Amino acid sequence: MIAVSVLSVFAVALLSPLLFRRQNNNISPWLIALLPLGLSAYYISLLPSAAVGNPLTFTRPWAEALGASFSFRADGLGLLFALLISGIGTLVVIYARGYLNQKDLALFYPWLLAFMGAMLGVALSDNLILLFIFWELTSLSSFMLIGFKNEKEAARSSALQALLVTSAGGLAMLAGIILLGMAGGTYEISALLSNRMAVQSHSLYLPALILILLGAFTKSAQFPFHFWLPNAMVAPTPVSAYLHSATMVKAGVYLMARLHPVLGGTDAWTYIVGGVGTLTMLIGGYLALSQTDLKRLLAYSTLSALGTLTMLIGLGTPLALKAAVVLLLAHGLYKGALFLVAGALEHETGTRDVTKLGGLFRVMPITAIGAGVAALSMAGLPPLFGFISKELIYETGLEINLWLTVAIVAMGLFNVFIAIVVGVGPFIGKQTKTPNKAHEVPFSMWLAPTLLAGLSLFAGMFPGEVSSLIISSATSSVVGEAVVVKLKLWHGINPAFLLSIGTVIAGIALFFVRNSLRSVLQKFEWKWGPGYLYNYALEGLMNFANWQTRIIQHGYLRYYLRVIVLILTVSGAVALWRIPSVNLISSFNDSNTSNVMFYDVMLAVLILGSALVAVLSPSRMGAIVALGAAGYLIALIYLFFGAPDLAITQFAIESLTVILFVLAFYHLPKFQTFSSASERKIDAVISLLAGALMTMLVLVAVDVQIASSISHYYIENSLPLAYGRNIVNVILVDFRNLDTLGEITVLGVAGIGVYALLKFRKGKE
Amino acid sequence: MEVILAIVIGGLYAAGIYMLLRRSLVKLLLGLGLISHAANLLIFTAARLTRAASPIIPVSEEAFPASYADPLPQALILTAIVISFGVIAFALALSYRTYKIAGSDDLDKMRETKE
Repeated sequence: MIAVSVLSVFAVALLSPLLFRRQNNNISPWLIALLPLGLSAYYISLLPSAAVGNPLTFTRPWAEALGASFSFRADGLGLLFALLISGIGTLVVIYARGYLNQKDLALFYPWLLAFMGAMLGVALSDNLILLFIFWELTSLSSFMLIGFKNEKEAARSSALQALLVTSAGGLAMLAGIILLGMAGGTYEISALLSNRMAVQSHSLYLPALILILLGAFTKSAQFPFHFWLPNAMVAPTPVSAYLHSATMVKAGVYLMARLHPVLGGTDAWTYIVGGVGTLTMLIGGYLALSQTDLKRLLAYSTLSALGTLTMLIGLGTPLALKAAVVLLLAHGLYKGALFLVAGALEHETGTRDVTKLGGLFRVMPITAIGAGVAALSMAGLPPLFGFISKELIYETGLEINLWLTVAIVAMGLFNVFIAIVVGVGPFIGKQTKTPNKAHEVPFSMWLAPTLLAGLSLFAGMFPGEVSSLIISSATSSVVGEAVVVKLKLWHGINPAFLLSIGTVIAGIALFFVRNSLRSVLQKFEWKWGPGYLYNYALEGLMNFANWQTRIIQHGYLRYYLRVIVLILTVSGAVALWRIPSVNLISSFNDSNTSNVMFYDVMLAVLILGSALVAVLSPSRMGAIVALGAAGYLIALIYLFFGAPDLAITQFAIESLTVILFVLAFYHLPKFQTFSSASERKIDAVISLLAGALMTMLVLVAVDVQIASSISHYYIENSLPLAYGRNIVNVILVDFRNLDTLGEITVLGVAGIGVYALLKFRKGKE
Repeated sequence: MEVILAIVIGGLYAAGIYMLLRRSLVKLLLGLGLISHAANLLIFTAARLTRAASPIIPVSEEAFPASYADPLPQALILTAIVISFGVIAFALALSYRTYKIAGSDDLDKMRETKE
């Protein structure tokens, strides 16, 4: 049933375009939304069994030799993610109906649903190989979604950037997964989780850890791979809300949380994951301060949140892990809502610039309320869920040390500032003049942000219920053993609460000096970041490809041939040199052919002479005659050494060839010398070397008998089975007659080709 | 005798490769002919030479004499001779056509030709 829930999304993705075949299809998005809605209900129904440590599982063998199986497992962490994906997915499907026009929707839903299915697969897979496949599918579908407005250059290059960064990380992750499988002896995640000691003492632990983290960091846009996320904001806003805030970018966080019980707790884990997370948290928050574009602001603040999550998982204390799970849910709710609000503002006013937005409360009151509540949750004010999350994070910092506390408080301050700029700023003050005249958005577009904001409020009001329903079991999955989490809204007046009050006041103060703050920060903008490096590397790769193609694929046939012949000669010579046992002399001792006749030598001299004439002759006719002479002389060799059939065939074919050459050369130009004397000398040396190699090869080959010949069969059965006395003939027309048929076909095709080439003229086809 | 034939084969290959390296399309075709000769002779020699009887059962007898030439490589070469004729015929027609369109048999000039 879990497997069906994942695969059904892909099935609907394939079928959804059929819903849009009719002209008037207002109802289709609502029909599609029923699927994720139903899935959400299904996942909620699975929560109780996961809460008592008895998650639903499903396993089918797949490629067992590779360790891949088709296994799913719905534990607390998986279900928390699955609910974020299906729940926010439902709202995004509805929201997109108002945001995109009808024509785009038919193209949009298949990719959105494919992404949803892949993401559900990531969340619910219990096999690392299966997880990796779904992981890559999210990268691919996200490529299509970021580049959805594919007529724009920025959309295409940002989509490519996201794909290159995440799939490069994905490749590293695959290698890491394989190492982890070698260290742990299995690819089943649930089996690995109980194998912690064996994995951590294995010599492959550190390489596996680093490679898997590369995958997680690129996917979750951790520093220094963070640059693709703000650029991905060219995607339609429903995509940004869904992929780049609530779900896909959290896949890396999910993977780290999932594997924390088996990989976590070591020094390497704490310093790498904790360090990168802290850095990303601060850089994301700092870079957000100077932004004025709504979506970029949110993107950088999402970076900060992803960094916070990574940091908390890296710290790995029970309190930190609890804070991470709570932030995961809280962030999904408030950031999803704020992204959708940003989309609504852009949709109505035609701009996303916060400096040009103001006083919209009067025209868009419902959106404004949703935005305000979500912003309060983000700023961490009671009684919203974001408050609980922020208090836990502050407590984590205070529990560990002062420096971490300072970093976390800075993040909290940035969050308050960003929340006000995005969720409050556009609605208060004097109404500004915007490109479009604003109205309240339609129902489909205000439903999603207000519902998400409402959920933030609900979870804040009833934290006990939320934690027993899902937070406890999800935290248990991350910690690796059963823990009970009891969340409370009010903790009394403690250091964390005092810090909260401080950050809120400072954040509000910052909001009032926002314009001067931005102008100061924008002076210090730093363009030599990793994003610059990416562009530089990509450009370098293109230039290198161009350069090496120009060098290698130059288009001169004779230089290609020179390279091929030289490499063949040198490698052949090396090979011959390294086989000392080859005895070249033994061929002299065959009594049958050792007595060289006078006419043999004459023949050899004549063949070599005609070949030389064919090469050197200044006239075409001379060369053709020499070529024919060589052919006839070779026929004589066949005759002398027991092959009369070959001799006859060679005579016949050689005559035909000569006639053909004469006929063709009549129409072709006279011999000309195009190349210089020095080039001819080089060519002569190359061809003589190659010829010498072939001579050596013959001498070696004569002495080598690789396998026993199958000739005996033909010889013994020629008369009794085929009633033929000429064995060569019998082989060709009887034993191997299909080969001969093939040969006739080749000749036939060549004949048709020749006819076509001679007959058809330009413009007369 | 193998040594003599080995030298002949080497010489034919050298001549053929030299012709293949020419800029003139016409000479390239001659090179193709020389290389086919060399290859056929290579198979023939590598499969062991013999001055014994041809692989034909005399009419008066039911089985082979004691010593005979191996029929299998001969069948192989026979096919190769015919096929190389097909290849050369096609290449000749192709170069005729190319020359008519490009107006030159210089391979270096052809690469710049636009139909």
